Amino acid sequence: MAFLEIRDVRKSYGHTEVLKGVSIDVNRHEVICLIGASGSGKSTLLRCVNQLEEVNGGEILIEGDTVTGAGVDLNRLRRDVGIVFQSYNLFPHMSVLKNVMLAPTMVGGVDSKVAREKAMALLESVGMAEKANAYPDNLSGGQQQRVAIVRALAMEPRIMLLDEITAALDPELVGDVLEIVRELANDGLTMLLATHEMGFAKEVASKVCFLEQGSILEMGPPKEIFENPREERTQQFLSRVVKSGRL
Amino acid sequence: MSSHTLVRGDVQSAPEPSPPQKVANLAVIALVVDIVGIALVLYGAKLLRDYNHGNVLSTVVAVILVLASLYPLWPTFQGFSGAAKRARLLGENQLVAARRAAARGREDASIGLGYGVAAIIVGCLLWLALTNSGAVADTFFRVDAWRQSFNEAIQGFWINVWVAVVSFVLVLIFGLGLAVMRMLPGRAGAPLRLIATIYCDVFRAIPAIVTVLLVVFGVPLAFTFTQTWNSAYLGVLALTLTYSAYVAEVYRAGLASIHPSQSAAARSLGLGYAQTLRAVLVPQAVRRMIPPLLNDFISLQKDTALLSIAAIPEVLTVTKLWESKLFTLAPVTLAAVFFIIITIPQARFVDYLVNRDAAKRAGG
Repeated sequence: MAFLEIRDVRKSYGHTEVLKGVSIDVNRHEVICLIGASGSGKSTLLRCVNQLEEVNGGEILIEGDTVTGAGVDLNRLRRDVGIVFQSYNLFPHMSVLKNVMLAPTMVGGVDSKVAREKAMALLESVGMAEKANAYPDNLSGGQQQRVAIVRALAMEPRIMLLDEITAALDPELVGDVLEIVRELANDGLTMLLATHEMGFAKEVASKVCFLEQGSILEMGPPKEIFENPREERTQQFLSRVVKSGRL
Repeated sequence: MSSHTLVRGDVQSAPEPSPPQKVANLAVIALVVDIVGIALVLYGAKLLRDYNHGNVLSTVVAVILVLASLYPLWPTFQGFSGAAKRARLLGENQLVAARRAAARGREDASIGLGYGVAAIIVGCLLWLALTNSGAVADTFFRVDAWRQSFNEAIQGFWINVWVAVVSFVLVLIFGLGLAVMRMLPGRAGAPLRLIATIYCDVFRAIPAIVTVLLVVFGVPLAFTFTQTWNSAYLGVLALTLTYSAYVAEVYRAGLASIHPSQSAAARSLGLGYAQTLRAVLVPQAVRRMIPPLLNDFISLQKDTALLSIAAIPEVLTVTKLWESKLFTLAPVTLAAVFFIIITIPQARFVDYLVNRDAAKRAGG
């Protein structure tokens, strides 16, 4: 039994079908990369996993327990499933430290002194300790994204969802953020990530899924997908990525 | 590449150097306006002095006004000298220097024009106030009438102040309740949402003066136990009913203005709906709500004068009594002055808050 099972998930907004039956199994310690054009449904799929979006069909299971449909304790689910967004979404009225401490103290019931120490240790590990008392608006995009990753990690999630976390960053800031994700992958954190960084996907992914208009067109080890794609659409997509200098 | 390119070479011809703008015509207009302004102020100052029988104070004020009206001549003359400089530089074929001189000259002439127009307005106002041998001044501005009515007026104004403050405290509470009702989720909340929405629509549709009339005269008839109440309490009730509808809307709009991604981030961390509101949405929304709330508070302060239709002894009621006693509106003008004195600083404070927030957002 896979750690996370996505079974035939469907999602529509009005009459627009965004996900047309997507199935993925994610085993513990695996890193799955979702690639595909904008609008192919990568973000929607991630938002379905932590139930920011309700699925219209199919189901999602974590350790064999369904997390979709009525009666699921969403707040409990979301403590186990961390997410990092493209636009960081830090809380602008709180310092960096407070951003990281909020969920552990308010939801996790951790004593604020303990939470503070842990938050500082996490910030230290991503090189943001000296910015602990700064406010998000005074940080660069890369710094904000590092804080956002730490904020999600502070809840000790068992799986992390990364939604194009480098897409809004200036090119020179991408490396720092990817370096952190690389470390998380080496530490064995289970991750599901949507990305446009093909080189990075090739390097860290255990499996790569190519999404096209709400369906998985091709799925396999990165070597296979990037070097010998079976589907013509995958080839076209990758050749366009190469042309734009992203691979 | 295809034969079509994005940029066509033939439209990219070298531009003609642009000539300097004209200055002299603007300076002439400014001069004419200045002279009209001076004449009007001179006439107004004479009326002012005559009305006060040539006493020292009015003479001093009149002289200051006339001297001030002369000021716009200075930038106007600078405008003329700019025009001359432009012509000379153009003759020497110094195009760039001529353009700069012309720009300076136009700027100066414009200043002369602006101040000249202001002088005309001041002159007209003086003339309007003092014409008809001071009828306007006698009607609205009589120092002796102010002196006589001042004590009672300020006592009446105290009622306006406490009515406004008490009402607004109640409005903040009741409006919050309405806003929460309007935001209840799901089918369970639907009937309550509907009730709150109808309430807000209805009380924003009724003119405040109608609500005051209905409440202050109607409530004692319908609920006889209120007949012993000070009728100012009923005034508080009426204003609370009206303004809660507005304030509920401010709360709702304030919360709605926080980007949904903030809520998504908070919920993703496992925070519940109430926790998200308390820790993330409300603290951010409050800052945005303060200026519109203060604006509503200022409106409420002014609407306390509506209680005069129920003969509650607030400032307008009191000063209207003095008006009929002294046969001059001057006491009512005094009431207006009271409102001006308390309202303008608050309005400026709101502007300050709004600008500060705008600057912060631009800086961030």
